[in-house]
Amino acid sequence: MRAGLSALLSHWLRHPVQLAMLMLGLALATALWSGVQAINAEARASYDRAAAVLGQNRMERIVSQDGGPIAQGLYVALRRDGWKVSPVVEGRLPATDLRLLGIDPLTLPAGAASVPVRTGADLADFLSGGGQLYLNPETAAGLRPDGLPALRTDPGLPPGTGLTDVGVAQRLLGMEGRLSYLLVSPGAQPDRPLPQGLVRRAPDDGTDIARLTDSFHLNLTAFGFLAFAVGLFIVNSAIGLAFEQRRAMLRTLRALGLSAREIMGLVLLELLVLALAAGMTGIGLGYLVAAALLPDVAATLRGLYGAEVTGTLSLRPGWWLAGLGMAMAGTLLAAGQSLWRLWHLPLLAPAQPRAWARATARSLWRQGLAGAALLGLSAGLLAFGTGLPAGFGGLAALLVGAALCLPLGLILVTGLGGRMARGVLVQWFWADTRQQVPGLSLALMALLLALAANIGVGTMVSSFRQTFVGWLDQRLASELYVTARSADEARRLEAWLAPRTDAVLPILSAGTPLFGRPGEVYGITDHPTYRDNWPLLAALPDVWGRIAAGQGLMVNEQLYRAEALALGDAVDLPGGPLPVVGVYSDYGNPRPQVLIAPESLMARFPDTPRLRFGLRVDPDRAGALAAALVAEFGLPDGAVVDQATLKALSLQVFEQTFAVTAALNVLTLGIAGLAMFASLLTLSGLRLPQVAPVWAMGLTRPRLALLDFARTLLLAALTLVAALPLGLALAWVLLAVVNVAAFGWRLPMQVFPGDLARLGGIALLAAGVASLIPVLRLARIAPAALLRVFANER
Amino acid sequence: MLLTLTGVTKTYATGEGPLTVLDGIDLALQAGTSLALTGESGSGKSTLLHLAAGLDLADAGRVELAGVNLTTAGDPVRAGLRRGTVGLVFQQFNLIPSLDVAANLAFQARLAGRHDPAWTARLAQVLGLSALLGRYPEQLSGGQQQRVAIGRTLAARPQLVLADEPTGNLDEATGDAVLDLMLRLVADTGAALLMVTHSPRLAGRLDRRVTLSAGRIT
Repeated sequence: MRAGLSALLSHWLRHPVQLAMLMLGLALATALWSGVQAINAEARASYDRAAAVLGQNRMERIVSQDGGPIAQGLYVALRRDGWKVSPVVEGRLPATDLRLLGIDPLTLPAGAASVPVRTGADLADFLSGGGQLYLNPETAAGLRPDGLPALRTDPGLPPGTGLTDVGVAQRLLGMEGRLSYLLVSPGAQPDRPLPQGLVRRAPDDGTDIARLTDSFHLNLTAFGFLAFAVGLFIVNSAIGLAFEQRRAMLRTLRALGLSAREIMGLVLLELLVLALAAGMTGIGLGYLVAAALLPDVAATLRGLYGAEVTGTLSLRPGWWLAGLGMAMAGTLLAAGQSLWRLWHLPLLAPAQPRAWARATARSLWRQGLAGAALLGLSAGLLAFGTGLPAGFGGLAALLVGAALCLPLGLILVTGLGGRMARGVLVQWFWADTRQQVPGLSLALMALLLALAANIGVGTMVSSFRQTFVGWLDQRLASELYVTARSADEARRLEAWLAPRTDAVLPILSAGTPLFGRPGEVYGITDHPTYRDNWPLLAALPDVWGRIAAGQGLMVNEQLYRAEALALGDAVDLPGGPLPVVGVYSDYGNPRPQVLIAPESLMARFPDTPRLRFGLRVDPDRAGALAAALVAEFGLPDGAVVDQATLKALSLQVFEQTFAVTAALNVLTLGIAGLAMFASLLTLSGLRLPQVAPVWAMGLTRPRLALLDFARTLLLAALTLVAALPLGLALAWVLLAVVNVAAFGWRLPMQVFPGDLARLGGIALLAAGVASLIPVLRLARIAPAALLRVFANER
Repeated sequence: MLLTLTGVTKTYATGEGPLTVLDGIDLALQAGTSLALTGESGSGKSTLLHLAAGLDLADAGRVELAGVNLTTAGDPVRAGLRRGTVGLVFQQFNLIPSLDVAANLAFQARLAGRHDPAWTARLAQVLGLSALLGRYPEQLSGGQQQRVAIGRTLAARPQLVLADEPTGNLDEATGDAVLDLMLRLVADTGAALLMVTHSPRLAGRLDRRVTLSAGRIT
């Protein structure tokens, strides 16, 4: 058996480039997949840690009904009344991104996790004097300690979160005498109602951030999976070719006494050894990919969703094992066809190096028919299916179906080219190109998928960017946004602002269940700011007039689609239902939302605080007004936000998002280019019998090489032509089907011809580069090598 | 008796109906003897050889090798016999292209668990391959490749050598030299030899000669 194994493995020693391609394909596929998984795992772990820092995902809270702070006196009264509650002050530290949590370790419930101080000297230091601020080491490194308590680090804390004594937090956040909420200890509590204005809130059933960021992670996962699939094309190509080249050897091994089962076992062993080695390499590369991309991903998540993610990776055993598992499973999947052929290899079949290509050519029609059937299935699923499974099923059938149809399409086009050609050389060129299609079909299918994914995802992201930025322009119509710290301050603010602005637009909101789910009700003032700018998807005539008159409400797209509402349908609200008179787009918001008149909102939710305002003012005066507001009222940083800053931040977030997407795009295309290179290189040796007669008849080797180069470009260009409609169809499915099913909102699709042209140029360049070595090899091939074809010595 | 064929029949399906290649063949071969199988193209010589090696199965009759009925034996048993009892020399050499001459020579002996470096080295010397041990098959001439194939078979000391036109791809002088070597080495190891050949001249150099015509022994 050892002799058999050494014979099999010796093939790779004699074909090191083929081995390198196999290993590289598998390693890159594993790298991108496991890299994306590492990023996702790191982000999710960060969300979980953030949610668990005070056990708030498991503990009940007492909060103020109006969402504002709780007077410290109320807390003291509750403790005296027998309530086992612990005070928490929470807020963003001015001029930083730090989320500050102030706690009282003495009353903190036992179940509150990740709190590093409990007893002893630590506790004394924590409570005494200037106190201490506990931070994640990474967060501490980026913080200037001016005016802060002594910094201590604890790796158990999530990034961007600081933990300190409640009194210190009150001082730092300007919340003296006030608390954000009270944590309720598990167990019995007094059987008495809470004081007026306080309510108990059940533990979260999941982290909001995790839900919000699902779409982002879904996109990353889809990209990782696609790159993995494209990588498997290389593996499949390399293994398939190795099998064909070793067909005679396998027959000899059988003739010399190895049974089919033994050979199968040896081949499997060989594959698993290769998969293990490539998988380990891939996981190492994946770690580097993840480490390189994670800072951008973290910045995107922070800016887009306010989610804090560590900028450094942790090594999780599960991730290693999953990566290796994917490498093994992928190898077996990619080798499936070859293993099946090996199992059915007739012992006495004549060795035919080109039999594989001929058989592939015969099967192209069957493959094309299967592809057409899958395209039909895709159309059916997308037209008549509902929900995410139908969307993803339709997407998968579309991609696989199109890929299966590609070789047949190329055969037909090149056949047509041959029939239309006049000169003998041009006819030979078309005929020879046609003959190359079966051998190159896998690489071309990989290229098709990579290009379509780039077009599809690129179109989706660019559409998202354009729409989102336009939508922000409309939604952030006010030049300034200001938040008061109390109702009294809000009244004074409103009075002060009235003569200094064009309009002061209160922003009122209340939480209430909508169709059984936690939802939001916003009060919207009837003002040209909204009439002229608010992005509406559907509306009855005089929609703003109806809302102002309290005769209707507007719903966001998510609610509209989720409940299949129509204009005129009634929506239940406290105080009586209202009919839907309009629908507006509300990208990124996972919750159902409705807009009603402010008076109607105050009548239905009388405790709603009136603390936030949008200010219309000449944009040139916005900066001065903001400064005057801060000076006049002593407002903390963050209480006054100008529109330009918000938009600039949003754009910055998108550029970071694009950086990640662009990197994944380039890597996927790179893998497809590698697949082309692998196929061209290996085929170049097999096609000498086709080239040699033409050379013998008087065509020079450089000219033959030039024709080979042109052939590769032609096939890549034809694949690009096929990828354009496929990529746009993919974008449409992502925007109009998958996005709607997953997140409830639909983005209008926009095509960017400049981007498509650039991608086309890159694809042709990649194909040209991939063909360079085989072409140069042909240009410089020794005449003896071509003569050997006629000598029939092989 | 080392090899016995009794009433062996083999038929292939063709586009023009079934074609009987072997029709009731009876044949026996003792250890230490040699037999030439001659006949026209298509007379069934190679098919008979394949059946004797357990590479293919007879439709009717019985093929017995070293006491084992190949007609009813499964693939693992037949593979085991090929590994341990039989040595095959092909017309197309069928060397392992990715192994050098030394590894090819030792290959079957290692498979059979009978690798004897001294014996393999002696074979290499006798076959004139000592200077070529580091080369790969593609770097050898046809005669050199056939000598490697014979060496590979004999290095495993098989009880039965089955050779399918082993000199068919060689010129006459090289073919004679290769056959001389093979006969001498087969005699040295005490093996039996069943050789398919077109050449009456070569056939005349073996102990016995059997001619096939239209699937029958004449």
